Amino acid sequence: MAVAPRINVGDDYKEKYGFFDPENYVFKAKRGLSPEIIQEISWMKQEPEWMAKLRLRALDIFRKKPMPTWGADLSKIDFENIFYYLKSSEKQSTSWEDVPDDIKRTFDRLGVPQAERKFLAGVAAQYESEVVYHSLHKDLEKKGVLFLDTDSGLRDHPELFQEYFGTVIPAADNKFAALNTAAWSGGSFIYVPKGVKVDIPLQAYFRINAENMGQFERTLIICDEDSFVHYIEGCTAPIYTTDSLHSAVVEIIVKKGARCRYTTIQNWSTNVYNLVTKRALAYEGATMEWVDGNLGSAVTMKYPSVYLMEPGAKGDVLSIAFAGKGQHQDAGAKMVHAAPNTTSTITSKSISKAGGRTSYRGLVKVQPGSSHVKSFVKCDALLLDDQSISDTYPYIECDESEVTIGHEATVSKVSDEQLFYLMSRGISQVEAETMIVNGFIEPFTKELPLEYAVELNRLIQLEMEGSVG
Amino acid sequence: MADFEIKDLRVGVEGREILKGVSLQVNRGEVHAVMGPNGSGKSTLSNALMGHPSYQVLGGEVLLNGQSLLELQPDQRARLGLYLAFQYPIVVPGVTMANFLRTALNAQRGYDGKDKAKAIGPKEFRELLAEPMNTLRIDKSFLSRYVNEGFSGGEKKRAEILQMAVLRPTMALLDETDSGLDIDSIKYVSESINSMRGGELGILIITHYTRILKFIQPDYVHVLVNGQVVRSGGSEVADQLENTGYSEWVDEPAAAAAVAEEV
Repeated sequence: MAVAPRINVGDDYKEKYGFFDPENYVFKAKRGLSPEIIQEISWMKQEPEWMAKLRLRALDIFRKKPMPTWGADLSKIDFENIFYYLKSSEKQSTSWEDVPDDIKRTFDRLGVPQAERKFLAGVAAQYESEVVYHSLHKDLEKKGVLFLDTDSGLRDHPELFQEYFGTVIPAADNKFAALNTAAWSGGSFIYVPKGVKVDIPLQAYFRINAENMGQFERTLIICDEDSFVHYIEGCTAPIYTTDSLHSAVVEIIVKKGARCRYTTIQNWSTNVYNLVTKRALAYEGATMEWVDGNLGSAVTMKYPSVYLMEPGAKGDVLSIAFAGKGQHQDAGAKMVHAAPNTTSTITSKSISKAGGRTSYRGLVKVQPGSSHVKSFVKCDALLLDDQSISDTYPYIECDESEVTIGHEATVSKVSDEQLFYLMSRGISQVEAETMIVNGFIEPFTKELPLEYAVELNRLIQLEMEGSVG
Repeated sequence: MADFEIKDLRVGVEGREILKGVSLQVNRGEVHAVMGPNGSGKSTLSNALMGHPSYQVLGGEVLLNGQSLLELQPDQRARLGLYLAFQYPIVVPGVTMANFLRTALNAQRGYDGKDKAKAIGPKEFRELLAEPMNTLRIDKSFLSRYVNEGFSGGEKKRAEILQMAVLRPTMALLDETDSGLDIDSIKYVSESINSMRGGELGILIITHYTRILKFIQPDYVHVLVNGQVVRSGGSEVADQLENTGYSEWVDEPAAAAAVAEEV
């Protein structure tokens, strides 16, 4: 049998996503983690005393907590060989012209300014550990919406910041939350006032660009009563040969009647450890939606969660994971029903290829007294070959009798019949497989803004083409 | 040499020989019918010609416009002008008919995602679809539905013929296209096929029953029994079969009725 024409996209991929600029950092902390380095970071940022103390306490917790023994293999992370802080330009820029040239080149290739020209309300692009480019649409400012990098949030709005920071995910929550609390830098800080609906998505681009650099961004979003915001975070990282660590913390508070949607598309290079804690508190009648796409990285452990605190609260997690050769995507969701009449849905779709492994790990917890809870979990896995692996760990802890919990899981393979059908129309095998995969994740893609949907389909295409032959 | 030639084709499935040396010749402009009882190898013939991986070619040759097909992948055969209307069209969840049709057209034009000039434009795409969709009575909303998902039997078969009309093959294999069709659908489908027949297009209708041949008159009819062509002739062969069924070759009670009517 003849072989479908081989398309070599390795070089192209590197060009598009794996480029890197010569390092040119104003400040670069030493490798490794110590109280001195933490103090230095805090001093560099001119932070208030309470934050410096919190960081040091968190470092202590980080050191005492053992590595998690469940989930993915994390034994190869060498914490002493990581840069915990870099600052790539001294002051933040507010217009595109002020952004340094090499950084601009990176963003140009990622399409940030184009994106902004189209319909962005604000762009906060994180380059290394500090937000260098940041703009916010004028009418949002007038409505009192705050959209800053987290460092500026701490500096400019100290009371608001201190009231909420670390309340959703305290440092002691888990080892990596402690690490983030100790070393955090950058991220987004958003406040949406009562009754304000932000009708265009707020977006941030993140990148890691220094070898062995940890990125510990910290995002805090507060949606006041009856407000709405959609925040989008996209990540691509250059290809490097030594391991990188990304350990973010995202805290969200959704107050009475408010709705927050948080969309992430991540495409870390395949040497990155991506260990993220994301959690939201949803109050009376509030809705929290996580839309979470995980491509790339060596290991991802990420379980966006919603704590449904008061009656009528609603939580949604819609996620996809794509694991290729040597990758393990351990992703899922957590829903904690802490009040009656709360509802949650989890939809997880995973794709494994070329020996990659995807794991769904999810928890639905119903606390005593939370009657009339409804929860539905659906996990679908698609395997592209016989070497690839998918496993499912759905946990349900229920301390209440009047609840409705549904769970549905499917594992399927790309079928010969589907491939034959598409190929009989002249479509090549790679393209046919790509179509099947993109069709499989369509319920996810259709929730994305158009340009992200297009980008995601293209990323899938690159992933699929990478293994032809 | 004929435009489409099947020479002594032998095909096996799971180690069992199903086609035991089939030879047929179809020229452009002609409509041929291959008729046969259950188990005669009709589906094996259509699948093997298109290149389904589960069917092993044991011998013989298939040429389209002088080009040998049997070493080629299904997509390569399609791009050379071969088309198969499936007996059981396959569901592809999440992929819209519009996306599917556009991708297939672009593949045919050699568009690989780079040279935008080769890709079909939105206006041309709409124009290409307008007439066949009208003939087949296919509503516009159909294009945003997922490939064959939730389609009725009639919708599936009409969709197969729509794809054929859009891709404009030079050799079309129609595998049991009338099965599962209500009387309206069979009219629309035949109307569409008849509008394409002649010219550059060769057609091979593969069917158990004579019903579709009343709507699409074949120029030649071949009878396939037990993996071999046992009779070839003009449309009168179909008429005879309608009276006698396949009883001449196989033990099939009430065979005549079974050929004339769809169960």
